[in-house]
Amino acid sequence: MAIPGVEGFMYPNEVELQWGLLIVLYPYITGLVAGAFILASLERVFKVEAVRPTYRLALLTALAFLLVAPLPLQLHLGHPERSMEMYLTPHTSSAMAMFGFVYLWYLTVVLLLEIWLEYRADIVHMARTSTGLKGLIYKALTLGSMNVSPASRVIDDKVGYAVTVIGIPSAFLLHGYVGFIFGSVKANPWWSTPLMPIVFLFSAMVSGIAGVMVLYMAVMKAKKMPIDMRCVDTIAKYLFYTFVIDFSLEMLDLVHRTYEADESFRSLNFMVHTRLWGSQVILQIFLCTLVPLALLASTQLFRIGEAKRRAMYLITGLLVLVGIFAMRWNVVIGGQLFSKSFLGYTSFKVQFAAREGLLTAIALMILPFAIFVALVKLLPPWPETTEAPGD
Amino acid sequence: MPWKGGTLRQFFRNSGHLIRLAAVLIAGLCVFLLIRTALIPKAFGKYGHYSPGALDVIRQRPVSYAGQDTCVMCHDGEAKERASGRHAHVACEACHGPQAAHANADDPSAHKPRLPDVANLCRRCHEKDAAKPAHFPQVVTAEHSGGAACNSCHQPHNPHL
Ligand code: HEC
Ligand code: HEC
Ligand code: HEC
Ligand code: HEC
Repeated sequence: MAIPGVEGFMYPNEVELQWGLLIVLYPYITGLVAGAFILASLERVFKVEAVRPTYRLALLTALAFLLVAPLPLQLHLGHPERSMEMYLTPHTSSAMAMFGFVYLWYLTVVLLLEIWLEYRADIVHMARTSTGLKGLIYKALTLGSMNVSPASRVIDDKVGYAVTVIGIPSAFLLHGYVGFIFGSVKANPWWSTPLMPIVFLFSAMVSGIAGVMVLYMAVMKAKKMPIDMRCVDTIAKYLFYTFVIDFSLEMLDLVHRTYEADESFRSLNFMVHTRLWGSQVILQIFLCTLVPLALLASTQLFRIGEAKRRAMYLITGLLVLVGIFAMRWNVVIGGQLFSKSFLGYTSFKVQFAAREGLLTAIALMILPFAIFVALVKLLPPWPETTEAPGD
Repeated sequence: MPWKGGTLRQFFRNSGHLIRLAAVLIAGLCVFLLIRTALIPKAFGKYGHYSPGALDVIRQRPVSYAGQDTCVMCHDGEAKERASGRHAHVACEACHGPQAAHANADDPSAHKPRLPDVANLCRRCHEKDAAKPAHFPQVVTAEHSGGAACNSCHQPHNPHL
């Protein structure tokens, strides 16, 4: 082993990984956005009343994470000022360059619009009651229209519904797009499969739903408000369904690869049994998929007390969040560990205090929560839950 | 229907905030388009998806490599030595780094280049790697030199012993 960490034959440009921890973080964050939004739309479009207490929470979570989503890319690429050029001189034949538009569409036309419509009555109310800078902010947010008559709210509701209906395919687009980027790298057999966008999408829904569920329980605990069990039970049910679909898709991919056993299989199989054994088989599949699935299945099958159920949901949610992160890791990092000659393997070490290091990643994961807290201050989601606990 | 029983005017009054919102969005779009026309270089796209003016900008940047023909004019000894060994086709600046500031200076000794860091220089090209062509001279440096500096045995300009 002349080059440390390299085994067998590695082309010179494969020895060092180009996409590191931040590129793992990026699909993870957009996934949380898409998943949280889809949970919100359950209530709105599919009229699942039980999840109503998390509706606003999910929207604000999606916004907080969406605002952070481009940062890993900016840090990875450097020269953030140049990123604006993808709007100025759009490159229509590059999927990566089109991300700017997918992002902007999702941010303004879907998320901000839906949040504004949902909160408009509150904004008007707060513009009337608060003073100083706060009052000014709310006044600006009303756009100068204080009309919250029932008739105008009916119109808001209709428009909001339409926005959500547009929003669901947009959320699919946002995250399907990320999978598409990987799935369309035809030189890389670990990535190149048309299943990739769909797998990314469902894993996004899984992580987003789990994220909102955990956040809801945590926020209720912090605010000393009662957790609405009917709501959490329903979320857990949907989490279970989407997780089953997600896991089936991933297993379908695995079975298909194994059965097809093309020229890359021996190499990838070796990689899964060595370098990815811990992060993929033990962590992702066993600990963070099978265990949560078993927990969720038992809450569906057996009668379990409330306190126990809450604990199970919490454990499940946290495991799922770790598991989906592991899945992103295994896709992004795994896809760069083997040589395209299928004759060698390299390794990856995360740096600590570097631009793309662990410290940055941790900061980037804390940032959405800071934004979330600020958003909650600005647009409190609670009134309806305090007035009617258990709704 | 929201305007049932009311008039069209009422409908417009009740969706006034949406009209304002649309106005804000349209205003934003207009501002963007204005900024866009101001920022995009005039001839953008003339030869492809880039600005032809960029070529001039790049051309104006200072040249950092002098090219070995320049080095040879003054450093006759090193040039002769190198020409007689297997580093004959390795350019001076491949090892010494960009030296235009030194070579084109009125007084080159005032811009004396730092000598290369031999510990890392040689292994950059000669470290054993299965992906390199088999005929290229390569060694597992740690085993080969046992930590001694490469130039304690090899002459950098003519590496054969
Ligand atoms: C115009 C003449 C001239 C040209 C052209 C020139 N050099 Fe020099 N170089 C000098 C002089 C003079 C010195 C100083 C010698 C001294 O002070 O011992 C020097 C010194 C050096 C040294 C030694 C520094 C040291 O610490 O001993 C290196 C290395 C060097 N030059 C490399 C280059 C390279 C590479 C090029 C081509 C890019 C180049 N030179 C082109 C004149 C030139
Ligand atoms: C394979 C890499 C390599 C190439 C190619 C190379 N040099 Fe050097 N050169 C070195 C190293 C290494 C030293 C420093 C030796 C030392 O530290 O003892 C050096 C030293 C020198 C010195 C300082 C005097 C001396 O001999 O120590 C001069 C001048 C010089 N090089 C000029 C040149 C010129 C001119 C060329 C191109 C004709 C050239 N070098 C090509 C590696 C190289
Ligand atoms: C920029 C790349 C490069 C660097 C840096 C470099 N070399 Fe070389 N070296 C070569 C090339 C190219 C050859 C010739 C290969 C051939 O002829 O096929 C070579 C050949 C050699 C040989 C074989 C000579 C023989 O006759 O068998 C030795 C020994 C050698 N280099 C030692 C060194 C040492 C010591 C250093 C550091 C001072 C060094 N090289 C730095 C590119 C480099
Ligand atoms: C203790 C003396 C010594 C030191 C130090 C040393 N070498 Fe060598 N090197 C040799 C001898 C002896 C040979 C074989 C003679 C030859 O082929 O020229 C050799 C051969 C080589 C060859 C040619 C191998 C081949 O297959 O043709 C390369 C390349 C080389 N050395 C690079 C290095 C590098 C790089 C370093 C610094 C890390 C280094 N050497 C340090 C003594 C040394």
